[in-house]
Amino acid sequence: MAHPPITAPRSVRFAPINVGRWFVWGATALLFLVLPLVFRSGFAITLLSQMGILIVFALSYNMIFGQGGMLSFGHAVYSGLGAFFAIHAMNWVGAGTLWLPISLIPLVGGLFGAVFGVLFGYVTTKKAGTPFAMITLGIGEMVFAASLMFPGFFGGEGGISSDRVVGEPFLGITYGPAIQVYYLIAVWCFVSMIAMFAFSHTPLGRISNAVRDNPERAEFVGYNTQRVRYLVLIVSAFFAGISGGLAAINFEIVTAENVSALRSGAVLLAAFIGGAMFFFGPVIGSVIFVLFAVALSEWTRAWQFYLGVFFVLMVMYAPGGVASLILMNLRVAQYRLFGRLRDPYVGVLLTGAVLLLGIILVVEMSYHLTLNFAAGSRTTLFGFPMDGADPAFWALAFGTLIAGALSFEAMRRNFAREWGAVQEEIEDRIRREQRA
Amino acid sequence: MEFFLISLLNGVSYGLLLFMLASGLTLIFSMMGVLNFAHASFYMIGAYVAYQISTWIGYWPALVLAPLVVGLLGALVEKYGLRRVHKWGHVPELLFTFGLSYIIVELVQIIWGRAAVPYQVPAELQGPLFTLFSTSFPKYRGFMMLVAVLMLLAIWLMLTRTRIGLVIQASLTHPETVEALGHNVPRVFMLTFAGGTALAGLAGVIGGNAFVTEPSMAALLGSIIFVVTVVGGMGSLAGAFLASLLIGVMQTFAIAVDYSGLKLAEDLGIAVSPEMPFHSVLSLTVSQVAPILPYLLLVLILIFRPKGLMGTREG
Repeated sequence: MAHPPITAPRSVRFAPINVGRWFVWGATALLFLVLPLVFRSGFAITLLSQMGILIVFALSYNMIFGQGGMLSFGHAVYSGLGAFFAIHAMNWVGAGTLWLPISLIPLVGGLFGAVFGVLFGYVTTKKAGTPFAMITLGIGEMVFAASLMFPGFFGGEGGISSDRVVGEPFLGITYGPAIQVYYLIAVWCFVSMIAMFAFSHTPLGRISNAVRDNPERAEFVGYNTQRVRYLVLIVSAFFAGISGGLAAINFEIVTAENVSALRSGAVLLAAFIGGAMFFFGPVIGSVIFVLFAVALSEWTRAWQFYLGVFFVLMVMYAPGGVASLILMNLRVAQYRLFGRLRDPYVGVLLTGAVLLLGIILVVEMSYHLTLNFAAGSRTTLFGFPMDGADPAFWALAFGTLIAGALSFEAMRRNFAREWGAVQEEIEDRIRREQRA
Repeated sequence: MEFFLISLLNGVSYGLLLFMLASGLTLIFSMMGVLNFAHASFYMIGAYVAYQISTWIGYWPALVLAPLVVGLLGALVEKYGLRRVHKWGHVPELLFTFGLSYIIVELVQIIWGRAAVPYQVPAELQGPLFTLFSTSFPKYRGFMMLVAVLMLLAIWLMLTRTRIGLVIQASLTHPETVEALGHNVPRVFMLTFAGGTALAGLAGVIGGNAFVTEPSMAALLGSIIFVVTVVGGMGSLAGAFLASLLIGVMQTFAIAVDYSGLKLAEDLGIAVSPEMPFHSVLSLTVSQVAPILPYLLLVLILIFRPKGLMGTREG
């Protein structure tokens, strides 16, 4: 008996080319390509490379944090362990026991990141919410403590170092110069960004949003929320491992610091500051974080203090991150109401600058006095000589601080009132448009 | 026998110190649903403030004043920080305290520098309390245990026997009803937060000179007390007590034991060569593994008893 030919059910789909999306991704690719040609100094290339690495890491973190609603304090475990396996793979390539192009080393990191995601994720994703956060913290501490216990694999305090210039040069690319490494990071970063964006549109990515917003309803629809969290964590650990592999290539050394709570905290800060509720938020956050951690730390030892204060202010006043601030202001501009906010903005920014100057003066002088005492009480700030032992300078610093604080508070209230009124009017207009 | 008793006493005194921290954390968590990430930072502030006061007017006033200062700071943090973030849910609250822990470490370094400060045990409490066989037990350890037990009693009496305690307990489960009865629930929250941080401050006063007062002390203890609260069961005071003692005793014993998988194999008569796989795992002694034991316990508890030792609900 002959079977009738099996035909796949055909559905007609209308899928026009999404011009906006092509434009955004094209512009991103162009930016990756052009940036090192604009900022040519060695320091700028270092900054850009680290930004690329952190962007991959922060986006992978945001898969579970922003998209999946899982606050993790131990995400560095996956990137760090991935980095350790990647650097060992590099050493094996150098010794000739393994054949693999250096360009594909991040894949090793990604695979082992995913393996540890399978392992640890099984335990951590049994819970959600606050218990999940604490368990990830515990796992992170455990891996960090264990990494100091096995010096054979983790290299103890000194870490494992390697050499990325191994094997035959391919088309003249040796990965010796930093610019070649930058372009390798840029390619991996761009591909990972597209892959993670695509993931957020898969059924799994969508259901992870549902599990974040309302786990009970997701269960009633028939999804096992625990399994959804587990799967998303594994995918996220894969991309975290890729960023670890990129870091191994870039720095040519991996230490226990790569799996530490410090690094887990860093990626959380980057993702949140940028804006966890938006896909591109962590990208902005990574850029800001690297500017703080690498660029600002060149000038001041108090950068962690400034970063902490900045983070707390964001949590208190803009929980949507920088991305939400940008989008809110774009909406105001779209409704042509920006004119009403111009004067309040000028007032807030000017008085805010005075306040910031006051804070910087007080903090820098205190830091210099307690931490750098051997060098004497004199220092220079913004090119001006300061003397921490002279009360006149302290009076100046506190005077600026208090004047700034008082005027800023007045301007802030004015701004908050006007901002609220503008937002109300926009919402009113939106409602009217919907009715029309 | 001697080793066992001394280790047990040391373990219990360490466990009681852990409980002083974990009790405040648990109280705050069960009341406000806020996991205070900066809890160990308040412990650190307590130690530093006590050091500062003890250099001015001596240790005994510091024992009373430092927790009050820390409690006041806690109240300010709750009123001007946490309460503002509260409307955005629990994750921003947790992140707020997380950011706060960053700032506190930096502030402590600005004020007192990066090195450890010479915070000493007062002269009256130095020296041995008693001698067991040949090992002496320090007087200060005994004092720590005394303060912790007194504090435990005070909390228990306050929560169960006084009017304030009843209002607090009622606000835990039925905040709306308590508010309808005319109590100021936000103020109860503020007082609970202040009380919890004051307990952490007290732990800092007596823990700072027993161990070392340095900027990394918060990070060292912070993750352990989170383990304690999860192992004991989130929000359960009795569970926190049990878990603190368990982890305190376990860590103290583990640090003193110099026994490894290699020795075990030798005792069993199995020859182990360095080329064998997992040789580095076998050669680890128990004392080397000690730092990860609490976290291993955490993982095991989560697999076999997800609600914790005494917990009543699964998070």
